[in-house]
Parts: sequence; C-alpha cells; structure tokens
Amino acid sequence: MDWLLAPFAEFAFMRRALAGIFALSLAAGPLGVLLMLRRMSLTGDGMSHAILPGTAIAYALFGLSLWPMTIGGLLAGLLIALLAGTLARFTALREDATLASFYLISLALGVMIVSLGNSNVDLMHFLFGSVLALDDATLILVASISSVTLAALALLWRPMVLDGLDPGFLRTVSSSGAASYFVFMILLVLNLVAGFHALGTLLAVGFLVLPAVTARFWARDLNWMVLIAGVVAMVGGVAGLVLSYHASLPTGPAMILTMGAIFLVSVIAGPAGGLVSLVRAGPHRTG
Amino acid sequence: MTASLPRPAVGRTVADVPAIRLEDLTLGYDRHPAVHHLSGQIAPGSLLAIVGPNGAGKSTLLRGLIGELKPLGGRIIGNLDARGRVAYVPQKDGIDVSYPVSVFDLVAMGLWERRGLFQAFVRRDTDAISKALALVGLSGFERRPVGTLSGGQLQRALFARVSLQDAPVILLDEPFSAIDNATVDDLMGLVRGWSSEGRTVVAVLHDLAVVRTHFPETLLLARQAIAWGPTAEALTVANMARARGMTEAFDDSAPFCEVDHVGAGGGHGHAHHGHDHGQGHSHDHSHAHSHAHDHAPSAPPSRGSQG
Repeated sequence: MDWLLAPFAEFAFMRRALAGIFALSLAAGPLGVLLMLRRMSLTGDGMSHAILPGTAIAYALFGLSLWPMTIGGLLAGLLIALLAGTLARFTALREDATLASFYLISLALGVMIVSLGNSNVDLMHFLFGSVLALDDATLILVASISSVTLAALALLWRPMVLDGLDPGFLRTVSSSGAASYFVFMILLVLNLVAGFHALGTLLAVGFLVLPAVTARFWARDLNWMVLIAGVVAMVGGVAGLVLSYHASLPTGPAMILTMGAIFLVSVIAGPAGGLVSLVRAGPHRTG
Repeated sequence: MTASLPRPAVGRTVADVPAIRLEDLTLGYDRHPAVHHLSGQIAPGSLLAIVGPNGAGKSTLLRGLIGELKPLGGRIIGNLDARGRVAYVPQKDGIDVSYPVSVFDLVAMGLWERRGLFQAFVRRDTDAISKALALVGLSGFERRPVGTLSGGQLQRALFARVSLQDAPVILLDEPFSAIDNATVDDLMGLVRGWSSEGRTVVAVLHDLAVVRTHFPETLLLARQAIAWGPTAEALTVANMARARGMTEAFDDSAPFCEVDHVGAGGGHGHAHHGHDHGQGHSHDHSHAHSHAHDHAPSAPPSRGSQG
C-alpha cells in the first residue's frame, strides 16, 4: 500500500499527474465508447496527429507556452475534423481515406516545424507528452475540457448513439444527427488536445481507444460499457504512473502499456466475447 | 431543437393529410437520373407497392420522399417534411446491429417525436413499447441485444418501431427481403392494419406474389414509370418485360436530358437521349397521367412547360 501511496504523498508532481489522469479518464470513457461504436478508433488516432502542426506553429512563434499551443492545436484539429467530416458526409470520399492523408501530412509537417527549433527534448515532448510536468494552468485546462465533454455528452447522448446505430432513421425524425456528429468531432479534438499535453501526439488517443475496446469484452450493455471504460482508463493510468515512478520508465508509454496489458487480458478472459468465453461456452440450452 | 409538442398519443387523425404528388420528379446522383421524370399521385390511405428491377430507382424514390435526396428536377408536394408525417423503414443493412443496444432501445426510437432529445421515458412509454413488441410477436425480447436477433426478428422490431411512430405515411424499403413466409404473413397483417386505419403505405417489394395478393396499387418503376395503377393492370407480362429492358449502367456520355425545354402536351422527347426506352414511352407516361388525373386533374400535364 505504501508502495502505491508514497509517491503521491511525497511529490506534488505525482498528485498533479494523478488529477490529470482522473480528468482525462472521466471524459475518455463515454467519448471513447462512442468513438469505437462509430468505428472511428483509427479516425481518432489520425485526428490526434492532425493537431500537431497547430501546436508546432504556436511553439515556433511563442515557445513552449500553454495557451498558444492549445489554441493552435484546437484550430488545426477542428480544421481537419471539419474538412474530413464534411468530405465524408457530403461526398463520395470515405472518412478513412481523407483522414489518413491529412494525418500523414500533419505528422510530417509538425515534426518538421518542431525540429527547426533544433531541440530533441522539445520534439520528445511533442511526440510523447509530459504528464509529470503538468502545471496548474494545464491541469485546469484538462479538467475544464473533461467537464465540458461530460456536459455535452449528457445533453446529446441520445442522438449521438442513434446517429451511429441507425442514421437513416434518425434523419427522418430529427435533424440532430448531423449536429451531434459535429459536436462529437469537436469534443474529440478537445480531448485530443487535453491528451496531447499529457501524452503527446503519438499517444494522445490512448485513453480514448484502449479502455473502450477493453470494455467491449466485459459488457454487452452500453451504460456498463461506458462505466467500465472510464474505470479501465483510471486504473491503467494510475497503475502506469506508479510503475513508471518505481521503475524509472517513461510515464506516457507506461500508462498506455498498462492499459494495453488490461486489454490483452480482456481479450483472453473477457466474458463478453473473450477467447475463453468462446472456447468454453458450456452446455447449450434447450431453447 | 426537438422540444416535443403535445399531441394525441394514439389515433392521430389521418384524414387531413394531403396526397403526395410527384411532379416531373427526377432524382439521381452526379446528375445521372435514377428516377427520371416521374409524375403521379399517391392518394391518402393508399397501399402502394413499388416494383422494378435492381437499379430502377425504387430506394432512390423513397430517399427522395423522406427528403434525404434533393430532386435534380421537378418536385414532391405533400408536406412530407412536417414533423411526424413519415415513418420510414430503411433497408436492414443500414442498421449497425453491433451496437450494444437492446430491442427495447431500438423500438423506443419510434417515440422520438414524443420524447425528443431530452425527455425521459415514462411508464406510459414503456407500456406502449411493450404493446408494440407484442403486436409483432416479440414479447419478452425487450432486453435482448439487437445483434442477437435473426433477420426476421429484426424486421419485426423495426415494424414495432413504425407502429409506435404513429405516422400517417409509412415508407418501407424492401421490408421482406430474406424474410420467411410466416414472418411476411404476420408483417403484412400489420401493414393491412395500418392501411385500414387510413395511413398511406408505400413499400418497395420484389416478391410479386406478395404484391398481387396484398397491394391494390403498383408503381412499376424502371427509372421512369413503366406503369402506375391497379396492380393487375400494372404487372402485365408486357410491362414486366419492358421494365427488365432498362439499361442499368449510367452512361457518362449521355447527353443532357432536354425534356424540360420541350413544349407541353406529350412532347416528351426522351427517345433522343439514347436510353433504351423509346418504344412505348408515350404509353408509359400517358398511363401515369391518366392515373394522376383520377385524383388531381390539374397536376401533371402542364409540367412540360414549367422548365
């Protein structure tokens, strides 16, 4: 127990990281499940790279400073989201194709811009984040994004779920499908920017994707799935944080790897379609 | 937003619903017509089957009716955009059954008009949903995930959703594809019930036996109307053969259709634009016209001049 608690009692930066992880996890549960159900997990990954050029340009202009980089990332992400989303909704182009193109361009452009500053430390910060260096302002930003996300999801949960389940039907009864889709994309970008500060552009989407796909192996009901995803994000994040502290590992990758381990265990042991449940289905019923 | 208006829960009057008039309607994609210069009228309370080969524009026509597809030409009159006017059952493959939602959730979508974005479901709604499920023979399926339903059960659930919507116009896109006869019989019972309540039902169908048995009116569609009228007159051997002769592929070198610029009075110069529907074409249109005349003498004949 001391092994678990001592780092937080001792160091303020660990407590900050803990708070950041909780904030990220709260929003990541429901948002990540929606992302998965819409088959947009890879889209989320692509979007997380799309914010890089925005933050990189802000960095080139203002240095490592929270607000310019946040706003730059938001603008770049929203631009790509709008572009890709609009193209996918109104043209024959599929979203995966447009996003893959944007994502490659963004990543290359971002790395290029950051590298002009000539500091490998900064590049590592952009790519992998620095959850142990969250200052007050960043923490407040991450928590605010999380709150806004939860509020918006609570308001628009019904159309957001139905727009993925049966969009053809939803369009006949309501125009909220398209609107909720765009809100969803905005929330996605917001949370990726939050994730970017903690985990960097390469891992920002980790809190969204891994807990959600893990939850799928434990629940067949949407509400449970959301709850489990949130818990997995928190447990994986905290466990990764403590592990990285004791073993002197890079924190971001440690958190994502911990979630990855939970995911792999779930693939094998999860009662809702895990490998063991498939092999050992037990005797069938008569009807 | 969808602040729900108060309205009677059941037995909405359907008498005051206007007819659906198609005036020289052309629907399509990339300027290629999938439904070509279609005119006619669907009277309130009619039970209409839409029949035709693949690619004839049947689903496109329904998508036009629900406003999802803007007409390339002509128009649809009948106020179908009004709230709660149309209940639509898309083809089953439009539904992502991998979603972790229950049959109850799926059917509950039918109450959108009443509950909208925010309102909670109350006891009365739960009862209505149970009743709708009982109506389609799915009692006890409330908590089943939609992914575990068979094709027939899913279609039953979708019909339950339609009955909850309580709409005066019901559009069904291939509701009986890959459905066994017993299920078709059950669901046709529901359709006849809706029809007897005065609702307009339009269904895209492939099974001609079902059409001949249950549907008094048929639109035989092959981009344009091959025939539109009483089912027995529409589904003649000659008409069916003509419908089959429709060219399915879009022709990128096809000249632009100039029918809108030709004078009125039957001067539909279709033969000139290269599709294989020259012979008997004037007959098709006159048939559609005469049918339309039965209901709305003033509507279609003047259409040629409005372009």
